[in-house]
Amino acid sequence: MRRTGTMVGVGLLAASLLAGCGGDSADGKTRITIGLFGNFGYQQLFEEYEKAHPDVDITDRTASYSDHHKNLAAHLATNNGAADVEAVDVGYINQFKANPGQFTELKSDIKDRWLDWKWEGSLSKDGKQIGYGTDIGGLAICYRRDLFEAAGLPSDRDAVSALWPTWEQFMATGKQFAAKAPAGAKFFDGGPTVLNAIVGQAPTGYYDKSDKIVVGDNADIRKGWDLVSQGVADGLSAGLLHSTPQWNTGFKQGQFATLACPAWMMAKIKDQAPDTKGKWDLAAVPGGGGNWGGSYLTVPKQGKNIDKAVALATWLTAPEQQAKVFANAGLLPSAPKLYSEQSVAMKQDEFFNNAPVGKVFTDAARALKPQYQGPKAGDVQTEMGNAMQRVEQGKQSPDESWQQFVADVKRLED
Amino acid sequence: MKTDWRERRHRWDIRYAPYAYIAPYFLLFAVFGLFPLLYTAWVSMQDRNLLDGDAATFVGLDNYVELLTADPYFWNAMGNTLSLWLLTTVPQILFALGIAQLLNRRLRGRTFFRMGVLLPNITSVAAVTIIFAQLFGRDFGMINWVLSLFDAGRIDWQAGTGSSHAAIATMVVWRWTGYHALIFLASMQAIPTSVYEAARLDGASGWQQFWRITVPMLRPQIIFSTVIATAGNMRLLAEPLLFNPGAGAATGGSDRQFQTAALYLYEQGFAKFDFGYASAIAWLLLVATVAITGLSYLAARRIRTD
Repeated sequence: MRRTGTMVGVGLLAASLLAGCGGDSADGKTRITIGLFGNFGYQQLFEEYEKAHPDVDITDRTASYSDHHKNLAAHLATNNGAADVEAVDVGYINQFKANPGQFTELKSDIKDRWLDWKWEGSLSKDGKQIGYGTDIGGLAICYRRDLFEAAGLPSDRDAVSALWPTWEQFMATGKQFAAKAPAGAKFFDGGPTVLNAIVGQAPTGYYDKSDKIVVGDNADIRKGWDLVSQGVADGLSAGLLHSTPQWNTGFKQGQFATLACPAWMMAKIKDQAPDTKGKWDLAAVPGGGGNWGGSYLTVPKQGKNIDKAVALATWLTAPEQQAKVFANAGLLPSAPKLYSEQSVAMKQDEFFNNAPVGKVFTDAARALKPQYQGPKAGDVQTEMGNAMQRVEQGKQSPDESWQQFVADVKRLED
Repeated sequence: MKTDWRERRHRWDIRYAPYAYIAPYFLLFAVFGLFPLLYTAWVSMQDRNLLDGDAATFVGLDNYVELLTADPYFWNAMGNTLSLWLLTTVPQILFALGIAQLLNRRLRGRTFFRMGVLLPNITSVAAVTIIFAQLFGRDFGMINWVLSLFDAGRIDWQAGTGSSHAAIATMVVWRWTGYHALIFLASMQAIPTSVYEAARLDGASGWQQFWRITVPMLRPQIIFSTVIATAGNMRLLAEPLLFNPGAGAATGGSDRQFQTAALYLYEQGFAKFDFGYASAIAWLLLVATVAITGLSYLAARRIRTD
């Protein structure tokens, strides 16, 4: 009897393990999971979709940027555990699209919805589309009006934009700011953020078109490196690495007056420091145009409800939904037809002192010259952030740190 | 005939039933311990992308050769691991002995304190690390605030090698000291009071009693705690990973100043998708852990009465 008891126990355990794998919830609805990071502005859209599709129940799982992508990699590797729909950032899309077999191939008949370069960004070498574009970054500068005024600088957004047509002038403004800045406030958040923006504007980034890393020979990156290092030496940097808790605290404490702002960054500021509402404003980015970030929605092949997942991803990335996301979370659409629509182009943002975010970012998106992203662009960016941090922490001279940076990224190719 | 059958069944029961009873452990170990171990060894001899197992190629010991001869970051990670092992294991055992000694006295609310020392151990390691990372914050951390009260200046804890190791070791020691203290306490209570009485009659001071009686009598528990702590501290991952969140978390600081071997494994495997290389690191880490555990076992065994 005791043994039969054990057998029953083992049987129950096995049965419950098997039952745990199904995607159907008890009420007969199909549960579609979606894995996200940061703020995609999807909450209202999920409700809307569930209303229109009573047989679908959407569950979202949100993790931090790096956790999300590493978990996704682990889930793909073990062929188990991935959500039905998974978001992938542009910094990681190349690594994932190198293995298109892990993802459901998405239909190309709606290709015209997206900017050409956005579409190509998630297209594998053998021409398979693994992800539909959500947003793009664009670039602007967010700045604190109150801190600018306190330091005796103009605070009107057109006047501020006129201060810095180039990054050299941006740094010169920084010196003016530092001369009369309120205690505890630096000009920019941290070297890595500024450097990312500068690199994002260069015609060639970390890779050339043959997927060779060219960081060491890229004069644009080196020029940006020297400029930012000088800014750090001049005491313009708060020395905070973006997307860390200390950086988040920096928003609340007003530790920096400017921040390189892709559209998604604005959502971050609102999340991190709701009390600073109205103190921020938006100016043009030095150097004109540029992109940083933006994401895709993919459908891993291991999912149990591929058709419904594809339907959801298609719907969420459709221009109508991108417009709604722009309206409520400010993420810049990757669907160019929206750039001329009134609701998008005329949007103002109360949090940013009614800045014309619609105009600033649609202009930026139109002017944007896409930069080719190689397979490990995300890793190179991490190494660059580390390298700039070594300078900020005083661990190495800019030259030493640059040498190590070039050597480190070389290892990525082996 | 019938009785014969019964008897045989009884004999089988006596002889084989114990194996059946312990089988679940070994089955689970085979599935979740042995198989992954061997599979990792197999993967470690491949050039293999995490996401593309089908395209893996067999490369023999190449991964090991590269790690041992051509990868300074591996040795850097091993150095950090050893440093953190020392900085965590030694204070952990010493503090645990002290706390156990204090808890062994007659004090009010004894059960409360005894349960209390275990609290750090049952809190989530992620939560603990995030809170400690705040405490060790550069600009608004409480520890720097206290230091500034004494005009000691602010320390950028994450930037330096020594300072970051000290901060991480603090988290580990805080979390595990209570656990070991309870183990020591349980055995302290088993030491017969007559031994202490005899010592007191001979004029031994409290301090002498502690080092000459208590510690030697606790030898088996100290060995056990040292081995357990060593095995755990050699694969520190969560603390260094969460101490520096953000996109560069897996590198353990801007110059890998607090990247442990386990964190390096994580970086190679899950940030760079180099599954074969990461598996080779896992095996080398296993070998190192066994070696260090053996050493600390020998060290702890040297405790004896004079």
